[in-house]
Amino acid sequence: MTFTRVLLSAMLVLTAAVLQVTVVNRLPLPGTGPDLVLLVVIGLAFVVGPTAGASIGFGAGLLVDLMPPTATEVGRWALVFCVIGYLAGQIQVDARRSALIVLGAVAGLSALAALLFAAVGLLFGDPRVSGDLVVSTTVSSVLYDLLLAPFVIPGVMALTRRTALNPTLA
Amino acid sequence: MRDTRRTRIVLAVLLLTAFTFITLDARGGEGSILDRAREATSSVLGPIERAAAAVVNPVSDFIDGVTSINSNADRIDALEAENDELRRQLLTAPLDQSRVDEIDKLLGVSSLGDYEIVPGRVIAVAAENGYARTVTVDAGTRDGVHRDQTVLNGDGLVGRVIAAGPGTATILLLTDQEFGVGSRLAESPSETGFLEGNGREPLALELYNPQAVVETGNVVVTLGSPNGRPFVPGVPIGEVTDVIATPGGLSRLAEVEPFAQLTALDWVGIVIEPPRRNPRNALVAPTPTPSSSTSPSPTATSSSPSPSPSP
Repeated sequence: MTFTRVLLSAMLVLTAAVLQVTVVNRLPLPGTGPDLVLLVVIGLAFVVGPTAGASIGFGAGLLVDLMPPTATEVGRWALVFCVIGYLAGQIQVDARRSALIVLGAVAGLSALAALLFAAVGLLFGDPRVSGDLVVSTTVSSVLYDLLLAPFVIPGVMALTRRTALNPTLA
Repeated sequence: MRDTRRTRIVLAVLLLTAFTFITLDARGGEGSILDRAREATSSVLGPIERAAAAVVNPVSDFIDGVTSINSNADRIDALEAENDELRRQLLTAPLDQSRVDEIDKLLGVSSLGDYEIVPGRVIAVAAENGYARTVTVDAGTRDGVHRDQTVLNGDGLVGRVIAAGPGTATILLLTDQEFGVGSRLAESPSETGFLEGNGREPLALELYNPQAVVETGNVVVTLGSPNGRPFVPGVPIGEVTDVIATPGGLSRLAEVEPFAQLTALDWVGIVIEPPRRNPRNALVAPTPTPSSSTSPSPTATSSSPSPSPSP
């Protein structure tokens, strides 16, 4: 990754994380609401590939884990977003072809993120995670992420592509 | 596919790191290295969140105030009024006067409820997909806010402080599943019990006396913790909405609807140390307080060690 690209990724992730807690989460939405950081990570990874995608995901997750208001163990979102970044990086080639594939990927990755986060919580005995809550959280996450994806992912991808004429992968 | 050997190594290393972090954080107590990382992040990102909220809040105020005009002065007036109201509520909490006398005698506290409250505004809310119910307010250690302090608003208990940065603090809401508070019924006989969050409303109240008389509409208040941390006594929590029949059970279960509207929090008050225990604080409101010579008595009556203030 070029330096510009690292800088751009950091800026995008930070902006998304701050907007998430100060704006999105405060909207009186039924259900969970969209996950901006997840969408930004997916958008970035679509362009930069699996290696850099995993690194960006890890960094973004660590930021979400650490920034207030946090109450969960540090590393949980890092682990989840790392996997998401890696997988989104894997399907980067297809992502350029069809909008439908992008949306399908967003739906799948969003569901995976919600389930993986819950699974790690169960593994470490988080009392907050319970069966019916996981189902409703996953379903509403996927719906909201799909709804917001067309507004976030194309912009993130276009910005990232512009940072390097030759999209060299890390 | 771009799954090279290098990619796999990077992924493995990152996942292992994340796993190590989670394990360390899940096992390590207070003051671990990850705790310090969290504090450092909150001191860096806190101001950014505050700045973002400063941009967002007027917009949300505007939306809130479509029906009523909301100027800044109104805000301050409303907050001051709310503060006074909070003080009065704490003083005249729906307790039995006899109970108050009893507790007064027991603890040697004659001005129960004379708490110093720091106002804070919610600037950030945790995403629901993380399962935890927490918010960040724009008051921190600079304002005297520390870990394990009671948070309330004009309606009742809101939660407790779980982390404090210089200018921001994170509050665990009472709907969070890790939240628990010793509580009792405001009406006589004041049956005691334990109230727990369950991720949504209403909350679950477990009364220790299986024969306890509890009815719909009974008010539940906090029991109070040693030294008022994490909970000061007498803060109204909510109203019993349902009593669950537990034939042969060892305790009595009830559902409690919290007074505070936790999904639409704006201003909250954080109870910083009661003034009698912190005589150096010069900003205490002028109210009849006992002389500082009586101050050690509440600590002497409680045998359990008090939680140490966060660094």
